[in-house]
Amino acid sequence: MSLFLAILTPFFGAPLVAWLALRGRPQAAWAAGGVTLLALVQLLPAFAAAFSGATTIERLDWIPTAGLDLAFRLDGLGLLFALLILGIGLLVILYAHYYLSAQDSLGRLYAYLLLFMGSMLGVVLSENLIQLLIFWELTSLSSFLLIAYWRRREAARRGARLALAITGAGGLAMLAGFLLLGEMVGSYELSVVLASGDVIRAHPLYVPTLVLILLGAFTKSAQFPFHFWLPHAMAAPTPVSAYLHSATMVKAGVFLLARLFPALSGTPEWTWLVGGVGVATLLVGAVIALFKHDLKGLLAYSTISHLGLVTALFGIGTPLAAVAGVFHIINHAIFKAGLFMAAGIIDHECGTRDMRRINGLWKYMPHTAVLAMVASAAMAGVPLFNGFLSKEMFFAEAHAAAADWRVGIFLPAAVTVAGIFAVAYSLRFIHDVFFNGEPIDLPKTPHEPPRWMKVPVEILVVLCLLVGMFPAQTVEPLLAVAAGAVLQGPLPEHDLAIWHGVSPALWMSVIALVGGVLLYLGRHPLYGLHDHLAGRLDARAIYEHGLRTIIDFARRILARLEAIGLQHQAAVLILAAFVLGSAGMLGAAAPLTGTRPLLPVDGVSLLAVLTLIGATLAVTVLHRRRLTALIIVGAVGLIVALAFIKFSAPDLALTQLSVEVVTIVLLLLALYFLPPETPAESSQSRRWRDGTLAVLAGGGAAALAWAVLTRPTSSFADWFLANSVTGGGGTNVVNVILVDFRGFDTFGEITVLAIAALGIFALLDNLHLPAPGRDAAGRPWDSDIHPLIMATFVRLLLPLALLVSAFIFLRGHNLPGGGFIAGLITAIALIMQYLANGVTWTHARLPAHTHPWIAAGLVIALLTGVASWLFGRPFLTSTFGHPSLPLIGELPLASAMAFDLGVYLVVVGATLLILINLGMAHSVSHEEDRAREGTWKP
Amino acid sequence: MEALIALSIGVLTGCGVYLVLRARTFPVVLGLTLLSYAVNLFLFATGRLVVGQPPVIGGGTYTDPLPQALVLTAIVIGFAMTAFVIMLALRARAELGNDHVDGER
Repeated sequence: MSLFLAILTPFFGAPLVAWLALRGRPQAAWAAGGVTLLALVQLLPAFAAAFSGATTIERLDWIPTAGLDLAFRLDGLGLLFALLILGIGLLVILYAHYYLSAQDSLGRLYAYLLLFMGSMLGVVLSENLIQLLIFWELTSLSSFLLIAYWRRREAARRGARLALAITGAGGLAMLAGFLLLGEMVGSYELSVVLASGDVIRAHPLYVPTLVLILLGAFTKSAQFPFHFWLPHAMAAPTPVSAYLHSATMVKAGVFLLARLFPALSGTPEWTWLVGGVGVATLLVGAVIALFKHDLKGLLAYSTISHLGLVTALFGIGTPLAAVAGVFHIINHAIFKAGLFMAAGIIDHECGTRDMRRINGLWKYMPHTAVLAMVASAAMAGVPLFNGFLSKEMFFAEAHAAAADWRVGIFLPAAVTVAGIFAVAYSLRFIHDVFFNGEPIDLPKTPHEPPRWMKVPVEILVVLCLLVGMFPAQTVEPLLAVAAGAVLQGPLPEHDLAIWHGVSPALWMSVIALVGGVLLYLGRHPLYGLHDHLAGRLDARAIYEHGLRTIIDFARRILARLEAIGLQHQAAVLILAAFVLGSAGMLGAAAPLTGTRPLLPVDGVSLLAVLTLIGATLAVTVLHRRRLTALIIVGAVGLIVALAFIKFSAPDLALTQLSVEVVTIVLLLLALYFLPPETPAESSQSRRWRDGTLAVLAGGGAAALAWAVLTRPTSSFADWFLANSVTGGGGTNVVNVILVDFRGFDTFGEITVLAIAALGIFALLDNLHLPAPGRDAAGRPWDSDIHPLIMATFVRLLLPLALLVSAFIFLRGHNLPGGGFIAGLITAIALIMQYLANGVTWTHARLPAHTHPWIAAGLVIALLTGVASWLFGRPFLTSTFGHPSLPLIGELPLASAMAFDLGVYLVVVGATLLILINLGMAHSVSHEEDRAREGTWKP
Repeated sequence: MEALIALSIGVLTGCGVYLVLRARTFPVVLGLTLLSYAVNLFLFATGRLVVGQPPVIGGGTYTDPLPQALVLTAIVIGFAMTAFVIMLALRARAELGNDHVDGER
């Protein structure tokens, strides 16, 4: 459980820290640090196991029927990444406390950072690929929140959207790749996938799978040509850039390359795709970085370049290259996080990041300058600093691979050129910022930052030096287990010494260093050339152009659709449904009429059906006289209820009857606010068109119903019938299905009912409608709006109606009835009070708002379901008994009855909420109107 | 008998479709009500027509209870939908000043 809990810790910590931040900034920082440490402590046993070469795997049932478990895994690679995430996370938390100004919400930043931390831990510690993908998308979402942290800034919002679109699209492609992978090996478990490399590589779908997964990895790790989102992500606060966009999240892509290395690598497709994209990214990033005048822009492109370097190493694909790749992941995370923090300090102290203005800071902040210079030297690959070691391994691998790749001198030449540019931009970072004359027109006078703001940078810089000088004593054990987990096999011979003798790699390093210095000296003409070319080929401009084209296209289609109006839209929809439906029916070879024996027709049924058809046609013909049409609709509903009685559905008949009453009352109330007549405005041709559609749709529906009704049925009805009494404790099978077997569905349905009622409540809020002063025939309304006889009788009837409703409710489990029907009867009884006695009278005696009833109903239904957990049973398992009470006798009691009570309350609450609120709008406008005419007698 | 029910479903659907295609909100709501009757009857009919065998244990033979359970909630949800649409129509009338389905013509 420790892995699962460690991943959950930051998720639970996030709201806690946000809440503590209200108390003060130090409390928030301590809490965020504490949460991170807690996660770290929980992982320690698994860390120890990983160092001894063991893989910790934990499993929890999630959706066992779909083959999905929550499965976690910590091996050497997971260990390395978990250490990076939590270790650098701690430093970033300390740093951010000093970085963020007083008016920015520190709690929000920490909460987002912790969300990211948990998501990223989930990515690197997942054993199940689908689960990994979910965490992967969560990192994209938390990155979105963090980039848009300063949400009032346009650049932040655009950068966040861009990053989310690119990485989110990549994640979707990766999901498709994972699904294919799962189909190939029959499992989403990493252990199985990693052991099935040969099966995967020999599979005909290998190439599409590879491309889809690589799309995910490349977009996340900002590989060319998807690299352009990363520089725009620099709109985030610098602690975020240091943490997500250099040390951890952008490493998720290369993490995946490393993770799936045994399963996917070793083919020409892998080598060319991964290696090619890696080298291209390495070059593009290094070249552009030199020309960025923005401090963070330089670092962003340098990050892209270094990610390309790691990708290229995995692309080369030899075991030694993979070791070098893992090593460079460690080194880059250390020096680049330090550099970003240093850049943040400079930005913080100078008020700008423009290197054309920031000069000569050596005099103002010598301590920070030393730290930045050490980290820059590591970035450039200067001996004795950690970057040198992995970079030289890279040079050696590139040189060795040149022969295999049949590209001759190209590969070593390309990586050397990238090395030259890396030296040049590192030199620029040092020389431009700390020397090169005096600062130009800075908003602030720079000075050293607070003491503790430098501590995280110092720790990282010391690590740069320690690893750079004593690699075998410091980083070797970690590198060995991590690389061993990547290769899933024995480690190749590797030597982390600083001096390897005179080798091609050494010469490449020398060329890079000397060439880099020369390039920097000749930089000014190049700046001019770059400014001349800049903007000609901007990946982001291409992306935005594509996006605009798609959006414009969608807008045009929508505008077309909207321009034709709802009537035409509905006509198109119905026609399409008819065409598709009849295409399906005509394509079938089976005859329309089935073999089921038909029921005989009796006179009463024939009369009822003829009445139904006549009434329905009358509604259509008379629909312009609205009140008449509405009354006839009520008749149609009653005949439908009769049909339910005839065909063995007493519960449905009861429901239909009561709903019918409520619906007609509702529509009558609504009709008061609408014109009494519909104007004759449809043209002759429109009526013909609609009539044709109506005949087609009706004919189709009748044919379909006929085909269904004449075929023998086979359903699992027998199971419900056999288990109703033994399993659900009730003899009314329909009710047992509703409250027990399919109780979860019913729970969803009453929730929908509650939401609809609340939506209606919102629609009626502040509704001012003109009320007609006279009825349809032009007569003034009757002055006796609450006739005495009706009011008296309705009051007398109330207890009786409530008694009936209680009776219907109680017997519902065994005989027709139940919560839905009882709820409707109660609602009707109460609505009758409003109708007969008026809102004022009734409000004095009943609660004005029924929201609490709805809430209580939902809570009772939910608690009934949850209660079964206490007995170790699944949600909504019901139990029942037949206790014997004095006087009443044996009482059938089922826990499902409590659930039915919830249903009852929601139905009563929702129905009353809808009708009372409309009735109140009604009564307000009615009284205003009477006051205007002067006939109102209070 | 099956033919009569199929015919009823057909007529309810046809008249419902015709009314749904009208230009004013109130006939559209009436049309939706007719369509709900048709849909509920059709769903119910998937359990086939059986006379005198309600699914209450004790009778010996029973009709299929499952479509009945589905239709029962469908009737209640249908009421909620009708209510929502008619309120939307009222709100539209208040905001736009007329009861045309496209707001104004």
